[in-house]
Amino acid sequence: MINRVVKNAEDAVKDIKDNMTLLVGGFGLCGIPENCITALVNKNVKGLTCISNNAGVDDFGLGLLLQTKQIKKMISSYVGENAEFERQMLSGELEVELIPQGTLATRCLAAGYGMPVIYTPAGVGTEVAIGKSVRTFTYNGETKEYLEEKAFEADFAIVKAWKGDTAGNLIFRSTARNFNPMMAMAGKITIAEVEELVEVGQLDPDQIHTPGIYVHRVFQGKNYEKRIEQVTVRKRV
Amino acid sequence: MLDKNGIAKRIAREVKDGMYVNLGIGIPTLVANYIPEGVNVVLQSENGILGMGPFPFEGEEDADLINAGKQTVTLLPGSSIFDSAMSFGMIRAQKVNLTILGAMEVSENGDIANWKIPGKMVKGMGGAMDLVASAKNIIVAMQHVNKAGESKLLPKCELPLTGIKCVKKIVTELAVLDILPEGGFRLLERAPGVSVEQIKNATAGKLIIEGEIPEMLL
Repeated sequence: MINRVVKNAEDAVKDIKDNMTLLVGGFGLCGIPENCITALVNKNVKGLTCISNNAGVDDFGLGLLLQTKQIKKMISSYVGENAEFERQMLSGELEVELIPQGTLATRCLAAGYGMPVIYTPAGVGTEVAIGKSVRTFTYNGETKEYLEEKAFEADFAIVKAWKGDTAGNLIFRSTARNFNPMMAMAGKITIAEVEELVEVGQLDPDQIHTPGIYVHRVFQGKNYEKRIEQVTVRKRV
Repeated sequence: MLDKNGIAKRIAREVKDGMYVNLGIGIPTLVANYIPEGVNVVLQSENGILGMGPFPFEGEEDADLINAGKQTVTLLPGSSIFDSAMSFGMIRAQKVNLTILGAMEVSENGDIANWKIPGKMVKGMGGAMDLVASAKNIIVAMQHVNKAGESKLLPKCELPLTGIKCVKKIVTELAVLDILPEGGFRLLERAPGVSVEQIKNATAGKLIIEGEIPEMLL
């Protein structure tokens, strides 16, 4: 069986260079590749374009790379939780492209499925449609306008999984799955950090979310903080 | 006049047995607290849950289990987890029956603006553009006027749009209105103690009043 294991985060990101485009998995702080983000901060690569649903918070997640001004451009759907992000964006230091969340997910999916474009109704008639080709289709008896959106082309995808095996097969846990499987499919090179790395044969093939063919490097992550953005609880009665 | 919980309570009456429902952040989230017993619905959270349950008990929160508002939640029996592409796939394919979301402005032809105030606030559209572009049944939960006292029900939205000709119904602290296919806010119900005159004064867009307007039931 092919072995996709690398030693650690430093090793996994060693050839990520200035001005590259990265897909970064996670939703908010849930399911983010904590180890790789730290390794990128330490490596101090600059001018990155990051495609990620959110931009972390000021002192965690992609917020760490914003603080050090390593990100040139963010492509995201929602950035409400990050004051430093908002400051850099409004001052023009950071280039930002905001796109609908479903469009973001589906542009990853298209890349992983080898389809150059998708058509979606999201953003028709809004500023998201500016400069994009609009087509009218009739489907299931409904005639609507759709925007043509391109599959992402990214140098690297960096994702976080719950379990992975040495062949790169991945299983995600709960809502930490989010964007990770489609981003894993969409990178020219995909790096997966996992909470638990096991030998081949230890994972049930029927339970694999991302087959190892999409994953070029996998490593056992460490020291997961798994910070919760908003702890909301109810009292026992 | 209704408070936020009152608006949520009124919207909960629109939720019917057997529906799959997506609740936006803010007042829409509160709707879950008022769904009557015996009305079985499945809540969709666009980060990848069907069958979302209430907040966890103290000490049982799970960092891997959050809703679209990044709050810790639980799963109900029969729930399922999926990725973001499938989540928006089921939205686009109109499997989700009802979408309830907030708005900064709604126009009399059903346009909605809720993601950006140029130069001031840019949080992003999240999943709102996908939801409003595909959902057949959209209810907006909002305040009738903004903090400056200006109407948010307008002839035409002034803020950048989230979607066009998509809003079907609006519930505010003053009224329930629907949007007619040919345009215009049709007044359906008044909030308790609110007069038609008050609603007229708070609505900048074309308001259509046909006959006696009943007070809403909560």
